[in-house]
Amino acid sequence: MPRVETTRTSTPATLRVTLRRLAPFVKPVLPRLFGGFLCALGAGIVALVIPQVLSWLVNEVLQVGGASQQVWIAVAIVAGLGLLEAFFIYMRRQFVLNPAARVETTLRTRFYEHLQRLPVAFHERWGSGQLLSRSMSDLSLLRRWLAFGAIMLIVETVTVITGLTLMFFHSWQLGLLYLLGAIPITVKAFRFRNDYRAASRLSQDQAGDLATAVEESVHGIRVIKAFGRGRHLYEGFSSQAQTLRETELTKAKTLAGFLGMVVTVPQVVLGIGLVLGLWLCARDEISVGSLVAFFATAAVLARPVEGMGMLLGMTLTTKTALDRHFEVMDAHNDITSPENPRTPEKLEGRVRFEHVRFGYPDQAGRARPVLQDVDFSIRPGETMALVGITGSGKTTLLNLVPRLHDVSAGSVLIDGLDVREWDLDALRTHIAVAFEDTTLFSSSIRENVLMGVEDGLDETAAQQRLDEALDVAQAGFARELPEGVDSVIGEEGLSLSGGQRQRIALARAIAAKPRVLVMDDPLSALDVRTEEAVSARLREVLEGTTTLVVAHRPSTVMLADRVAVLRDGRIDAVGSHTHLMSTNEHYRYVIASLDENDSSMEVKV
Amino acid sequence: MQHTGVSNEDAITLSREQRKSVRRRSFHLLGKLAAPQKRLLTLTVALVLLSNAARVALPMLIAYAIDHALPALRQGDFAALGIAGGAYILCAILGGVLLGWYINSAAKMSQAMLLDLRLRVFRHTQRLSLEFHENYTSGRIISRQTSDVETLRELLDQGVSELASSCVFILFTLASIFILDWRSGLVICVAAIPLVLLFRWYQKNSEVLYRESRVVSARVISTFVETMTGIRAVKAFRREKSNDEKYTTIAEAYRENSVRSFNLFGILQPGLMLIGNLAVASVLAYGGFRILEGSMAVGVLVALLLASKRVFQPVEGIAMFYSSLQSATAALEKVSGLLEEEPTVVEPEHPKSIETVAGHLEFKDAVFGYGDGPVIMDRFSLDIPAGQTVAVVGQTGAGKSTLAKLIARFYDLRSGTLSLDGVAIEQLSNAELRRHVVMVTQEAFLFSGSVAENIALGRPGASLADIEAAARAVGAHEFIAELPEGYDTDVNKRGGRVSAGQRQLISFARAFLADPAVLILDEATSSLDIPSERAVQRGLQTLLGNRTALIIAHRLSTVQIADRVLVVHDGQIVEDGTPEELIGAEGRFAALHKAWRDSLV
Repeated sequence: MPRVETTRTSTPATLRVTLRRLAPFVKPVLPRLFGGFLCALGAGIVALVIPQVLSWLVNEVLQVGGASQQVWIAVAIVAGLGLLEAFFIYMRRQFVLNPAARVETTLRTRFYEHLQRLPVAFHERWGSGQLLSRSMSDLSLLRRWLAFGAIMLIVETVTVITGLTLMFFHSWQLGLLYLLGAIPITVKAFRFRNDYRAASRLSQDQAGDLATAVEESVHGIRVIKAFGRGRHLYEGFSSQAQTLRETELTKAKTLAGFLGMVVTVPQVVLGIGLVLGLWLCARDEISVGSLVAFFATAAVLARPVEGMGMLLGMTLTTKTALDRHFEVMDAHNDITSPENPRTPEKLEGRVRFEHVRFGYPDQAGRARPVLQDVDFSIRPGETMALVGITGSGKTTLLNLVPRLHDVSAGSVLIDGLDVREWDLDALRTHIAVAFEDTTLFSSSIRENVLMGVEDGLDETAAQQRLDEALDVAQAGFARELPEGVDSVIGEEGLSLSGGQRQRIALARAIAAKPRVLVMDDPLSALDVRTEEAVSARLREVLEGTTTLVVAHRPSTVMLADRVAVLRDGRIDAVGSHTHLMSTNEHYRYVIASLDENDSSMEVKV
Repeated sequence: MQHTGVSNEDAITLSREQRKSVRRRSFHLLGKLAAPQKRLLTLTVALVLLSNAARVALPMLIAYAIDHALPALRQGDFAALGIAGGAYILCAILGGVLLGWYINSAAKMSQAMLLDLRLRVFRHTQRLSLEFHENYTSGRIISRQTSDVETLRELLDQGVSELASSCVFILFTLASIFILDWRSGLVICVAAIPLVLLFRWYQKNSEVLYRESRVVSARVISTFVETMTGIRAVKAFRREKSNDEKYTTIAEAYRENSVRSFNLFGILQPGLMLIGNLAVASVLAYGGFRILEGSMAVGVLVALLLASKRVFQPVEGIAMFYSSLQSATAALEKVSGLLEEEPTVVEPEHPKSIETVAGHLEFKDAVFGYGDGPVIMDRFSLDIPAGQTVAVVGQTGAGKSTLAKLIARFYDLRSGTLSLDGVAIEQLSNAELRRHVVMVTQEAFLFSGSVAENIALGRPGASLADIEAAARAVGAHEFIAELPEGYDTDVNKRGGRVSAGQRQLISFARAFLADPAVLILDEATSSLDIPSERAVQRGLQTLLGNRTALIIAHRLSTVQIADRVLVVHDGQIVEDGTPEELIGAEGRFAALHKAWRDSLV
């Protein structure tokens, strides 16, 4: 699919604002950066001095018939200066690179930590490729800029200012003329800044989208293969990659235009200056010596001026990269622990939905909220099935319990305490989830299953948990894998079948021994036999655990003490299966799979 | 140890032979990428040289102006002044324009190579068989496509063409030194020995570091992607803190690796400069004594020394380039390894074609096992006449999905044959096979884009009316119409906003639109509620018509529309017959069916 979009809230901050945000991270390393700057400056000065010293030595010190000592002194001076230059370069890197890399890594881990805490709603909007590019390439740009760009920009600026002063010293007329050349460049620089910043931002965003496209092409490989749509997808990717190339070329064009001008204008001005200078010289208003010195200085300045142009481009690229970084860091996390979390008086696992209303934020005003007014309770230890047609909001409702989403209005209470008043970590410790799409991680089966257990469990207890959970979930197959429960399952458990994955995910939820268990159609991928076996064991485990389970099948409903029927965003009815079968038409419609003439069959519950 | 493809990807220290082979394939790839850009490369190099020449001319023009135009001017001759000024301005403009042009053409070249590489990798990973993808994590592929490609970009940005101009510069300066005094030239050349040794030392050490860097960065990326993809589970099971620690450790390892390679370069760069400076000192020593002897003019020595100092100036740039080259080569080692992987399921060179497809499937003496692993399905034969609807039942892991994957040619048989209308399926082109055989899998993956685009994946270019008809046929139209923007609603990342059941309905619509001769449904209705499943089944009955269908479902409701049932157990087909026959036969199916009936209400 060629169109990948990411929601972006770009309020372009000025360079100063962006840099100020960087200050807290750069501050601790500022002395070292300054040291690096001094070394860079030192190296620059030595580089300038060496040729002067060489001519001086040869012209003044060495003479025909002189003592050999003089030669050695000269050599020693040159070698010493050479050593000094190399030393400055060495020290500049020593000063700067380590702290720059440290700033990069600090920001990178902070970024990751922040992302992990951002609500699910955020992740639903952002492709992971887009986030990845912000975490990797954008921050490495920052490192380069800190270690090289920023320092060199200052060094070049200092050099140019010094040079300009010297030029004025040699001839104020020519110096003034040279300075006039800065006017068109400054004008151009303003336009360049805007154009280049826009192009640079666009290319970074497109590179991120391209990464998202790669990510999807890999995660969706089965579908692509099953439909033989590799070509179609390739075309989409190819056009995206070409768009990126176009953007990069526009960016290069903008830079080329600017740099071309930065190089040309001063030289053209110098050309005019040459004519003017010669004329002044001919009229003896300035000396030949001054003229020569003026042009010699101008020649030295050519490189730094060009370098400033380059470094300006680099600075702009870094700025947009930082904007992208802070854009994510600014994303508000509205699902956090309250400042003063409360703990319920008694932990028994009572769950209550109180006039819960929920609509996805970006759907506000467009459609009716998914959940309008959900109001029901689950008693401690009770198992409640949630039944409703596809898309009725069952999964959404489950997500509200461990606060993967927050209600729009009303509240979800656990043991009388609004989930938003709980300490988030404590809340999620008491709740375990078995998702419908079973996300496993690329580690061993053991680690996957024991993921939710409380910390500090000793080895035997953990092993016991593992065994029990695998048994209940009928996941004994795990022990027959080449390395048993220590076999590493591939990413997302792709090497396992759907039914196997689902059982591992179920085992994971069970092993956590939660007070409240929410399960989203946990048996959907199991065959009838396995389902039966799991159900039988599950019923024992669920004894004493408050459970909310989404059910599509009568067999899953059988796990439950009571059933809640979700319809049009409200709880239509709550009651036992038999009761609902006889009183609720919608329930019958949703759960009864037998044809009219069959439904007269006796049903035992 | 084997070292082809990605098998040895995480190894950092390689044996000589391995190293040679991975280096070779890496350079080979670089060569392949560069080859089509020869003309652009030549142009770019020419532009750099010309631009530099124009800029080098400027000081000469100043010298000319002062030496010739000034005296002429003093005598009232303005012509020389005009020539010098005019030429200066001309050269200035030329230098700037050529520089701009050079930046453009260098960008064109590097972007063309990057695009080429990106597309190669994408195409290739898509071509690779499912077996490969099940073992090679997506994070690695993403890392190959992002950070590895990035290193090539850095190499190209580092200015391949500037390298050329540096070399030309060095050659010219060296030549001028030899012309001034060939013996001093030899002194400079001796300096090349430690220079080369230093480069060798750097190459040896940096190669390992850069190789490690690729491995570590892939790990950083994989961890990142896995967390973001599985964020709901991460939150629900409170993995944040332990993930923080894990990620910080890996990110730190990445940093340490980078710092080590910076430090390595931090020795190379000043080292080169030191050697250069010492070479200048040597020339001074040698020349100094000759001045004392009177066998060298002072002016010559000044010129010699300045030229010697200049000759080493570009070496720093070359070192930078060399370092990026090392880094890019390490990355291309990995990328070329990925490209070296061959799909286990190969498209035929001379594909056969089926004129009018009927959908007759036949397995003959088929044996199957994954890779070199144990046999999963041992010698079986199966004939599915065209138009038959076959339900496959059995326990999880019995081999139902394997059967489906074989027909979809996700895997090839180890021995025996599978044919469609008498043509072995491995003799069909991919495009043709996929046109005839479509499989709807359990995980209903949605790509970012609109609902309509996702359905249209079944038949790109389908009209909106067709898409809607397909959605109606499977009972998906109602919910789609209720989405905020109907068919144009963005399904968001990984279908976040659309429920699992709805995703399956969309996948069904996709299959409906694809309209294949053979349709495989691999537990494709598992997340549907009963009314939806019923709607799908009604849709299926019309859809299936005269199509061959293989339906894998643990809900036996599907069996109601099947002409034939296969019971698979332990990789074998243990029962085969019409539903009525099997129900009456008291076998596994009869038992399953009874259990299922009991579970219904």
